Amino acid sequence: MSEPVWIAGGGVICGIGATLPACVEAFSRMQPGMEEVQYLHTVHCGVFPVAEVKADNAMLAAQAGMPAHISRTALLSKIAAQEAWDSTGLGDLLQYRVGFISANTVGGMDKTEDFFADYLQDPAKGHLQQVVHHECGSVTELVADAMGIRHQVATISTACSSGANALMYGARLIRNNIVDIVIAGGTDALTRFTLNGFNTLMILDQQPCRPFDDTRTGLNLGEGAGYVVLVSDAISKQLPNAPWCRLSGYANTSDAYHQTASSPDGTGNYLAMKGALEMSGLQPKDIAYINLHGTGTQNNDSSEGKAIERLFAPNYPAVSSTKSFTGHTLGASGGIEAVFSALAVQQGIIYPNARFATPMKEWPVTPATVFSSGNKLSHVMSNSFGFAGNCSSLVFSKE
Amino acid sequence: MKYFTTIINSSFLIINYKKASMNIYIQGMGCVSPQQTAAEGPFLAEIRQYEGNRLKVLDPDYKQWIPDANTMRRMGRVVKMGIGAAKLGLQDAGIEMPDAIITGTAYGCLADTGVFLTRMIQGQESALSPTPFIQSTHNTVSGQIALLLGCHGYNSTFVHKGFSFESALLDSIMMLREKTAQQILIGGVDEITDHSHTILSRFGLYKQEPVRNTALLQSTTKGTIAGEGAAFFVLGTAKGAVKLTGLDTLYKPASQQEVSSAIQGFLATHRLSTADIDLLITGRNGNAGEDVVYTQLTQTLFPQTATAAFKHLCGEYPTASAFAMWMGAQIIQQQQAPAGILYSGTAPQQLNRILIYNQYQGTHHALILLEKA
Repeated sequence: MSEPVWIAGGGVICGIGATLPACVEAFSRMQPGMEEVQYLHTVHCGVFPVAEVKADNAMLAAQAGMPAHISRTALLSKIAAQEAWDSTGLGDLLQYRVGFISANTVGGMDKTEDFFADYLQDPAKGHLQQVVHHECGSVTELVADAMGIRHQVATISTACSSGANALMYGARLIRNNIVDIVIAGGTDALTRFTLNGFNTLMILDQQPCRPFDDTRTGLNLGEGAGYVVLVSDAISKQLPNAPWCRLSGYANTSDAYHQTASSPDGTGNYLAMKGALEMSGLQPKDIAYINLHGTGTQNNDSSEGKAIERLFAPNYPAVSSTKSFTGHTLGASGGIEAVFSALAVQQGIIYPNARFATPMKEWPVTPATVFSSGNKLSHVMSNSFGFAGNCSSLVFSKE
Repeated sequence: MKYFTTIINSSFLIINYKKASMNIYIQGMGCVSPQQTAAEGPFLAEIRQYEGNRLKVLDPDYKQWIPDANTMRRMGRVVKMGIGAAKLGLQDAGIEMPDAIITGTAYGCLADTGVFLTRMIQGQESALSPTPFIQSTHNTVSGQIALLLGCHGYNSTFVHKGFSFESALLDSIMMLREKTAQQILIGGVDEITDHSHTILSRFGLYKQEPVRNTALLQSTTKGTIAGEGAAFFVLGTAKGAVKLTGLDTLYKPASQQEVSSAIQGFLATHRLSTADIDLLITGRNGNAGEDVVYTQLTQTLFPQTATAAFKHLCGEYPTASAFAMWMGAQIIQQQQAPAGILYSGTAPQQLNRILIYNQYQGTHHALILLEKA
């Protein structure tokens, strides 16, 4: 199982940019994406800042080359997946054995919400076209079909760690010679369902979120999609440019503590990071930067900090939460942050953690607060933790 | 031809096991379904009859597995079904703690999703309780099983329509092969709710006229009957009674010919001919338009083979193939094919090799090969 799996490219659309270069530009200019709700129809407009993709569905549909009536989750997915594929320079996708492994948590919920309003008035009412793609898997298939992918198509949903698990499954498909290339990551559109859901949990900040800051009071939701292109060793040699980096380690563990909360000492988080390190054959000191899960909730950042302390103290790598720019994009976040982390290895980028001012009492580590590139980052870790105890960590390595 | 290579290549996975002499066994299994599968007793000796186009699971007493009454009260039915089947599977395997838990569920937690959505719309996004939201995420079943067992191992949930269970199964096979786990708890689960049944009925999925499940397979009209259930397995590399020898999926085949070629290719990679299959289990569901595919295939590829069906027992749902695998494994383990499941031919005395061919809505085709260990 030692066959290397390489990252040949990536694509992102989220609240700070419609393309990966636009996102990097936003980081370098310290421009987070949280604003008042602009596109989602909700009574909470003006109450909770969100990091929406700054385009309506008609604009996204034009960019995606898909019909405007389908779920925003699928439109975002297609845009990022296409950018990821195009970035590899591999040319005609139909010439390869390609899998599409996409994660999401809401599926076509944005359309189902509209359907349900009519349906609840009268069960015979409501346009069926609005629920036909309700299922998470349906969103994946809309994009796979649009791109001509048939060899392997799958959807993973493990709440906020979904996107990271898509990379693991994709890497296994390549190592088992089932496909040679996998476009892997996640997508989620902002919906009233999730905004209201997180509101009932009382973990939404009414201000722009402050991950790993002592004054943090919650997260901001975001939306978007992010995919890497995983390729086999053989395909990596056909790339017109060198691969970005290698997916050298990954682990998925269960915190097995509570349906929504993380254990105080971050058991699952610790086991995921430790497992990913073991698979990559690295020591904690080898990790140069951690892209934190860092949602900005009291519970997550405290548990994640404890787990990092247990594994890395006293020699901490650089750390930051890019959710301080993108908001929490739920099922997409593992995919988006995998792209950011892989690019970090390739270009030596350490992303800033916006709005950090006061170190946390329980884990007084100061995250990176300015953008820098050209650093020597041989190994970068990306953390994604979710509801139901799902914890995943990925390690990307230069060689 | 291009897609035919998918089959060859994914079956390559299976050939490689043989080289590495790694067999994968079903070490234990549990099933909660509309039939009497969760209780002790002879295997499907009696088929429960239902009138109407919706089969509901026969709920076992979930208290035996979920000791805390408050926890159980908050759990959705789909979560309880999953826990029941998972615990039965672990018990059958004689283990308490698997190395990994992997679930396939196309719809996830529909009941809690429906409750939260309804309250959100009717209450105009105010005064909502968090419980149904918390219980609505697709990974709740896998997560709650882990929580109940205190299992810190790998935990994942596949949510891909008619491939949800198959993807979970493929992930399990790959993990056992890479030796990151020795025993994996893997299953498929889906539920029907009033909302989902109403909406799916509007899509024309189910029969409109009066229907009895035991007469479903002889139906000449369109539509099928809705079903639900959970089946979990403990898969491992140490010897069990039944071997999981092959798995393959085919997404949106362009023609009937492509399906035939895929099945032949699948058998060829296992060095088998159609005559080596002792029993063929198909996903026949009483929808005349879809069943013709099974009829043509069995006539051309398996003219001499006895065939069985299962959707008259559990109904149609995206993870019904998990029920089929449970049934197939039971047949091999017990060396008997109950009369109520046979569709054509006579089952041979020796039931050493069973092929399951299921298709979901014409778009998701899956093959599972089971053998006597």
